[in-house]
This record gives sequence, C-alpha cells and structure tokens, in this order.
Amino acid sequence: MNRMRPAEIATLSAEHLWLVAVAIFAALVIAAPSAVLLTRRARLRRWTLGVVNVIQTVPSLAVFGFLLPLPLLGGVGKQTAIVALTLYALLPILRNMVVGILGVDPGVRESAVAMGMTSREILWGVELPLAFPTVLAGIRIATVTTIGTATIAAAIGGGGLGTFVFRGIAMADTRTILAGAVPAALMAIVADEVLGWIERRFSS
Amino acid sequence: MATLVEFRGVTYQIGGRQVLCGIDLSVEEGETVVLLGRSGAGKTTLLKMVNRLLEPTAGEVRFEGKRVTEWDPIRLRRRTGYVIQEGGLFPHATVAQNVSLLPRLERWPEERIRQRTTELLDTMGLPEPVYGSRYPRQLSGGEKQRVGIARALAADPQLLLLDEPFAALDPVTRYEMQQRFAQLQQDFGKTALFVTHDIREALMLGTRIALLKEGRVEVIARPEEFVKARSQEARAFLVTLGQMTLDESHATR
Repeated sequence: MNRMRPAEIATLSAEHLWLVAVAIFAALVIAAPSAVLLTRRARLRRWTLGVVNVIQTVPSLAVFGFLLPLPLLGGVGKQTAIVALTLYALLPILRNMVVGILGVDPGVRESAVAMGMTSREILWGVELPLAFPTVLAGIRIATVTTIGTATIAAAIGGGGLGTFVFRGIAMADTRTILAGAVPAALMAIVADEVLGWIERRFSS
Repeated sequence: MATLVEFRGVTYQIGGRQVLCGIDLSVEEGETVVLLGRSGAGKTTLLKMVNRLLEPTAGEVRFEGKRVTEWDPIRLRRRTGYVIQEGGLFPHATVAQNVSLLPRLERWPEERIRQRTTELLDTMGLPEPVYGSRYPRQLSGGEKQRVGIARALAADPQLLLLDEPFAALDPVTRYEMQQRFAQLQQDFGKTALFVTHDIREALMLGTRIALLKEGRVEVIARPEEFVKARSQEARAFLVTLGQMTLDESHATR
C-alpha cells in the first residue's frame, strides 16, 4: 500500500482540484448576473444576501447531508459535492461583487451618467473594472475555503483528498490522514499566493 | 442670439423641503451664466436639471427650445459637457482614455479621436506625449481639473455645465485655472452654466450672474451691474471682496 500512495495522492489531488474548480466556476456563473441585479434592487439585495449568509452558517457536513435525499441535485457522488461546494463559494463571491460595484465613487458614477453613458456602458466601462480587485479578493477567499471544505466531500462519495482523511480516521492512522491533509493545505496556500499575486497586479 | 437653455417656473421639493421655488432664467448662446449662492441655495440642483440628473417637481426646462423631458437623455447629456470638482475622472483610465471617452462611444474614426485628444490636451497645457498615458492619481488637483474640462469639451458640446469645478483647488492654482478658463471662453465662446459660491470667480468669469437665495433668483445682472446691486444678499457677497480691485472682472472690461 505504501508503494501506491504517491500515485493515489496525485489522483486524489487532481480530483480535489477538479471539485474546487467546478464549484468556483459554477459559483461565478451564478454570482455575476445576480450581483449586477442585486446592485440595482436594494430590497432584493438585503433578502438575498441574508439567505446566502444563512447557508454559510449551516455546518458543511450538514449541507452535504441535507442534499443527499434530494432528487436531481442530491444523491451520493461528485455531483452532490459540487452543489454543496458551490453554495459555499457563493457568499464570498456574490458579496464581494455587490460590495465592489456599490463601492464605486458616486462622483465617478455621476460623471459617467452625466456624460451620457448608457447603463450598460457604465456597467462594463466603469463599475466592473473598478470593482475588479474586490471581485478577485472574493474569488480568492472562496477558493481557499472551498479547498478546505472539499475534503468533507469524501463523506458522501465525492472523492478528493478527503478520502485519505476519512480512511485515516477509520483506520486510526495519522499518516493516512496527513496524506490527505498536507496536500490540501499546500493547495490552499498555493492558491492563496497565486490569486493574491493576481489581485495585487490589478489593484496597483 | 438664440436661447440655449430656459428654465420656466422650475420648482423642486424633496422631503418636504423647498429647494427651488419657481426659477425663471434663460441662457443665451455664447454666454457664461454664473449661478452664485451660499451652500444649499439650490445652485447645483438647478444645474442638474439641465442634463436631467434631476427632474423638477413643477415647471419645465428647455434645451435648444425643446423640453428636456422630450430629449433622449443619452443624446441630451452627450450634447452637454459636465465638469465637477476634481473632474470626476475615471481612476482606472489614463488621461487620454478619459478625454477620448465620449468620441469613442460616439464611434468617431480612430484618427479623429487621436487628433481631438491631442489638440484638447494641448489647449489645456497638458501635452499628450507627457500626460496622455498617466493615470488621474498621478496628477495634481489643477491638472485633474484641466483633464476634466478637456473631457467635457471632447465631443464639442453645445453647452458646458460646471459645478464648482475649482472649489477644491489651492488659491494660486484656482486663480490660474480661472484665467485659463476665461481665456478658453474668449477663444471658443462656449455657452456655459457655472455654479460657484465664490463672488470673485463669478465676477471674473460670468457674462451674467444669477444670485440664488433659498431657491429663488435674488439678482440677475451683468457683473458691472451686479457690483452695484442693492440686494442684501448681493451686498453680503460683495463685502467679502474687501479692497480687491476689480481689474480682472467683467465690470471694468
């Protein structure tokens, strides 16, 4: 078993990364249009951010559990894991997009309106570029936390590095737990550094 | 001379407060009408009604003879240049990009955009090769303000709307900007509506001064008549001049 570990670590790391990447991408696809809509509707914004906040407070293992019996979204396997991870990634991404767009200097926005830019031109030419560093920060937070949360996906057959962690707990074998935990931690650190570097490049 | 902007009985209320009460005022082509008044007199509110950033509660505003509500707001705003404190420049765009914004949205040919940008920056004393690729945060207050004016002039608007453009500048830079603006008005004769609380600036730049007090026009006069106005509010502004000579105002030109 010791001899096949490096290969298995690589496979499970790749699987882990895949879970995270798909979840972040799905969260982005959902968050982007929603954020733009929410910046235009104050009431809807309060409600939606409230609901998304609540999702965030539910323990992650419980979310996986709740999803299991659901048709379409649920069941045992990767798909359920991705749905849960997406829900988790949604809050930091959505919130930072909203905050980023609303945080644009009112004087800048007003002069854009006064110059005769249409609301679409203002969105693409002013609001989104100025919100970009904040949006990136949200993606970074979401990615790092999702890498951690994704280890729990193994509990419902989602695969990934959590497989080692749960197996190690079951066998009471610290080395097996570490075989999952260390690569996951490294992955989180690398993701944080890389996204942080991109963020700094854009905010200067 | 044709009337470019006309306010008729313009009234504006917000939250039970009467900001403007039945303003009648017109701006003729080629004029620089200064809206003078204390903070809260309603100057900015009145200005924002021209390009429909605000809509009057009662009365109407006409631009080029047509009610502003009948204008497509986008077309209306592209025909009126707008300058605010610090220029309202886009922090993520270079000086050249800021200035060329409107011509670009209007889909001018690339060559003409470049020409126009260079020419305007030159006029404002900001040579394109030096300043074109800088970002607003790399500029001084006066330079930002000049870029703001260049940007407002870019698509050759019929009218300039200026909202205390020089108020945030230090006195020396402000004076330089005022002189530059006066020169610009002499060269191009753009019609302008200029909001200020600075009587000195009003006398220096205005061809007519409309003094606003609590949402009403208290005095409307040419600078040379304004300095003789009997109105209490006008006197209140004039005493702040102290012993200043009026050499540079329209009063003695």
